Amino acid sequence: MVKTTPETLKTILAERIMLLDGAMGTMIQRHTLEEEDFRGEHFKDHPSPLKGDNDLLSITRPEIIESIHDAYFEVGADFATTNSFNGTTIAQADYSLEAAVYDINFHAAQCARRSADKWTLKTPEQPRFVVGALGPTNRTASLSPDVNDPGMRLVTFDELRIAYKQAANALLDGGADILMIETVFDSLNAKAALFAVDEVREERGDMPVMVSGTITDASGRTLSGQTPEAFWVSMAHGDLMSIGLNCALGADDLLPYIKRIDAQATTFVSAHPNAGLPNEFGEYDQTPEMMVDQLKPFVEGQHLNILGGCCGTTPEHIAAIKALADEHQPRQQKA
Amino acid sequence: MNKSIPDMVLSGLEPLVVNEITGFVNVGERANVTGSRKFARLIQEENYEEAVEIARVQVEDGAQIIDVNMDDAMLDGVAAMRRYLNLLAAEPDIVRVPFMIDSSKFEIIEAGLQCVQGKAIVNSISMKEGEEEFIRYARTVKRYGAAVVVMAFDTAGQADTYQRRIDICKKSYDILVNKVGFPPQDIVFDPNIFPIATGISDHDNYAVDFFSATKWIKENLPGAKVSGGLSNVSFSFRGNDTVREAMHSVFLYHAIKNGMDMAIVNAGMLTIYDDIPKDLLEHVEDVVLNRRPDAGERLVEFAEQVRGVDKQVKESDKLKWRENDLQERITHSLVKGIAEFIEEDVEEARQQFDKPIQVIEGPLMVGMNVVGDLFGAGKMFLPQVVKSARVMKKAVAYLLPYIEEEKRRTGNVSQNNGVIVMATVKGDVHDIGKNIVGVVLSCNNYEVIDLGVMVPPEKILAAAKEHNADIIGLSGLITPSLDEMVTIGKMMEADGMNLPLLIGGATTSKVHTAVKIEPEYSGVTVHVLDASKSVPVASGLLSESKDNFIQTIKEDNEKVREQNAKRRAKKAFSTLEKSRSNSANKDWNWSTYQPVKPQVLGNKAFVDYPLAEIVDRFDWEPFFKTWELHGKYPAILSDQVVGEEATKLFNDAKERLADIVNNNLLNCRAVIGLYPANAIENDSTELYADENSTEVIATLHHLRQQVDRPAGRPYRSLADFVAPKSSDVKDYMGGFVVTCFGAEELAKKYEADHDDYNAIMVKALADRFAEAFAELMHERVRKEFWGYASEESFSNDQLIKEAYDGIRPAPGYPACPEHSEKSTLWELLDVENATGCQLTDSYAMYPASSVSGWYFSHPESRYFALGQINKEQVENYAERKGWDIDTAERWLRPTLGY
Repeated sequence: MVKTTPETLKTILAERIMLLDGAMGTMIQRHTLEEEDFRGEHFKDHPSPLKGDNDLLSITRPEIIESIHDAYFEVGADFATTNSFNGTTIAQADYSLEAAVYDINFHAAQCARRSADKWTLKTPEQPRFVVGALGPTNRTASLSPDVNDPGMRLVTFDELRIAYKQAANALLDGGADILMIETVFDSLNAKAALFAVDEVREERGDMPVMVSGTITDASGRTLSGQTPEAFWVSMAHGDLMSIGLNCALGADDLLPYIKRIDAQATTFVSAHPNAGLPNEFGEYDQTPEMMVDQLKPFVEGQHLNILGGCCGTTPEHIAAIKALADEHQPRQQKA
Repeated sequence: MNKSIPDMVLSGLEPLVVNEITGFVNVGERANVTGSRKFARLIQEENYEEAVEIARVQVEDGAQIIDVNMDDAMLDGVAAMRRYLNLLAAEPDIVRVPFMIDSSKFEIIEAGLQCVQGKAIVNSISMKEGEEEFIRYARTVKRYGAAVVVMAFDTAGQADTYQRRIDICKKSYDILVNKVGFPPQDIVFDPNIFPIATGISDHDNYAVDFFSATKWIKENLPGAKVSGGLSNVSFSFRGNDTVREAMHSVFLYHAIKNGMDMAIVNAGMLTIYDDIPKDLLEHVEDVVLNRRPDAGERLVEFAEQVRGVDKQVKESDKLKWRENDLQERITHSLVKGIAEFIEEDVEEARQQFDKPIQVIEGPLMVGMNVVGDLFGAGKMFLPQVVKSARVMKKAVAYLLPYIEEEKRRTGNVSQNNGVIVMATVKGDVHDIGKNIVGVVLSCNNYEVIDLGVMVPPEKILAAAKEHNADIIGLSGLITPSLDEMVTIGKMMEADGMNLPLLIGGATTSKVHTAVKIEPEYSGVTVHVLDASKSVPVASGLLSESKDNFIQTIKEDNEKVREQNAKRRAKKAFSTLEKSRSNSANKDWNWSTYQPVKPQVLGNKAFVDYPLAEIVDRFDWEPFFKTWELHGKYPAILSDQVVGEEATKLFNDAKERLADIVNNNLLNCRAVIGLYPANAIENDSTELYADENSTEVIATLHHLRQQVDRPAGRPYRSLADFVAPKSSDVKDYMGGFVVTCFGAEELAKKYEADHDDYNAIMVKALADRFAEAFAELMHERVRKEFWGYASEESFSNDQLIKEAYDGIRPAPGYPACPEHSEKSTLWELLDVENATGCQLTDSYAMYPASSVSGWYFSHPESRYFALGQINKEQVENYAERKGWDIDTAERWLRPTLGY
């Protein structure tokens, strides 16, 4: 009998640590793309500049995005995270591209789908999965932008819910296996996403959902002020496949918070840290070796089921992390 | 106990586990318009600030959850719930605990759920409207990830007997767990606490029934919790707090014994059970436990004796910190972000110190250091620090007039922190940034010797010696100034000087400082990003532990050099030939291109241009940037951090502007020129005296992009935007200079009056005049004088965003970074005679508030950055300009890619 995606994932996750991919932005930067690349044919008449809106590249330069997914799969990643970090009407409003949001997500999922299918065919013993990324948007539902008017909000729960629902549907239409609400800096934004995902599940059937938060700094809190435990508690109703942390910090600094999540979570646990902290030029210079060194305690302590990289990580990093992960047992799931 | 069911965990910013170890949980009841008259009044009057304090006090008093209720017919409950919860969200001291969102209207509950990031409890839903609605509500609550209080209520009404209580709770539980899939640990029953000792005998057993129902629920409904609204029980004794508190304590004591998990209580009004006087305890317990039929009457009688015991103590506890010594109070206000008392405390401090500035240096800095330490240790986080800064600002604002007064009174006789000689280097006239740094440094008690603009290096060195300077600071805005700074570094080295050298200004950078200046000078050289960095740098350089500081800077510069070396190695250039054959216009069809002939050919000068017309075109954003207030206009006026200052600054600017316009204090002049033109070989453009195109009156030398670009991408040059001579198309080009006179004189007047603020203001406004005037003239050129876009119609915003056709690049800016081309413009337009605007040795324009450039009309013309070029093009350029290589390299230095 053919297993469903959630069943397959559960089986693999019980056996070994699974690998997320690394950074998308870092890889896109390697291509030194210009305004024209972002515009392509599709947006050639768009009135404002589009350079930097990486999500558009799934539409205008799909071969680049697919090749990035390929590069990560080639070194052993199990998951391709779609190029849709800013794929909500809220985030795309900066570029006046609200109307392109469906296409952004659909094509992002398609790029990853094509790559995943190709690699699953090549290595049937290691099936590959597409993780549809739902980013945090650039607005916070819990914080005011104006210190003199702390009650003010630039975005409401309902606006977020509607935007996330649209993105989630498009990602699934495009072939995503899993949805990941990631880089959560405000739990209320993520709760709106979970609400939307629950509506989507009701309408089109169940799919695995991952949530990954961000601890912003040494305060050990999310941007909206929650401790890792409170963050887990606020997400736990989402019937999640995994909870974890990503971005903002390097592996070293992330470890204590992952341990705290590990101690509480009743789901699988994930981590995809940055390649260290950015230097004064905004570049990440942690080498794969350095990063793997810092990741050792994560796997030696069996704190994780899913491991990957965020900003600054490359296929070289993921290859090294894969080698490390394969030598260790995954975290035992708690009841 | 059913061990397979997990604990209930709620969360605010921190988690709250509800289990046997945590014990009984207090839910604060006072943020409730139906239960607290004071809270209702505050909300009614929209005094949310004080309403927020009510929540804070409860958390300080030990409430572990805050109940919020906005059910009042006179209120828009949805809006009030949202507003209040959003305001509380900004108070980390309060929202560390979870909320109980309390309403009988589900729409208000939902509004509340949409505002809380943590896991809240909904209070309440019930089967009052039937099973179907109950299920719908429960599903929705689950989707929001909240726990839920279920009232023992059904279509027949509120359960008031033991049997009805347990029947309804059992039925609700089964529906929730089996039909809705609600986590059993997140279900809380409220089996109804009713008033007792009401004089109605039917009510006498209410408390006892509640206890038994609680016990039954805990034993029979796995995972479920029990809660209730405590103050109801003592409703008959309103006004007699002593008795009420005793009743609450007694009721709680027995309810908890029977398994009650949480209750909505006035956290500040709970007496400890053991502290209740024996006689009162006995009377109260008789009532609560329904031990005798006359218990109610006896308590009413007894109550008269204990009425009116003083309850003032608790309130004053809140302000206990006000009794601490002054430093502790100031630190407390800063750490807690309380602005209420800071002015009175600062005033007290001011009277203790000799000088008002010492209040900032002393107690306020001590407090801010505590804030910094706590933040560094992760014990405070961002929103709190923002609030601390607000209090600090308020304190400093209060002191500022006294500090100014002190300065005026004592003059400059006081001992200073060090002497700093500052100058804008030779060939450069821009000084706004330098002046701001000067003001900031002198505010921090440095003696600033400002040598002004266009200062030759010899003069800077001489002044440093004469004044026995501790530091030299150099400023410049245009790129040739970078070379001047290197020269000064070399001269200081030759002179055997060892003073720290500070580098600042728009084109300066950490990289240039580290790579080009520092290697020439053995003293320490520091790039200072903006005025805010100037004080820490100066104090670091002159402190006791300066050696460490200097060491760090040197290491930092070294790192920058290494990084830079790596970076430069990566750059690849295409040959000049390849660049030229991939020009932007290589696929343009010139045969169909019909340039518009200008309405007016030749030069046209404007003097005394009406200022009011120019003001309409102001782009305010760079104005705020000048003052180191970063943000978009007009949003910056309401910016969370700088909004207030930005608004003040803006108001001052408008006032100054009105004065300038009404009294014609500035004088704006311009000259434009439009000429037939064609591109010739070698990226040059010829301008002709007339339509015959025979007499060449100017040749413009452009540069072309050379850094390797992906296939299919053009290598741009301004030369691409004019039709080539070979195409036989008659094309045109233009040039312009706008300038604003009078700012320097006006600023001097203010400076003489010790009014640096307005001196800087006037110069910053003059810059705005020049920029806006350039924009205005460009539009008139497009619509009138050249007339190629006579139909265009754009708003000021669109103009600022350059939505129109055509460009006006200025020599010295990214598309044409070589400054000396300005001399061609000056000759062509006879600028000095027409306007009085001059060029310095470095081709800076004087007055400083001037803008110049070339006009291109081609619809495809666009701004771009030249980027770096290789030696081949530099040699070619030298040949075209008739220069030797050294000269070419000097003027092209910022773009040299080798």
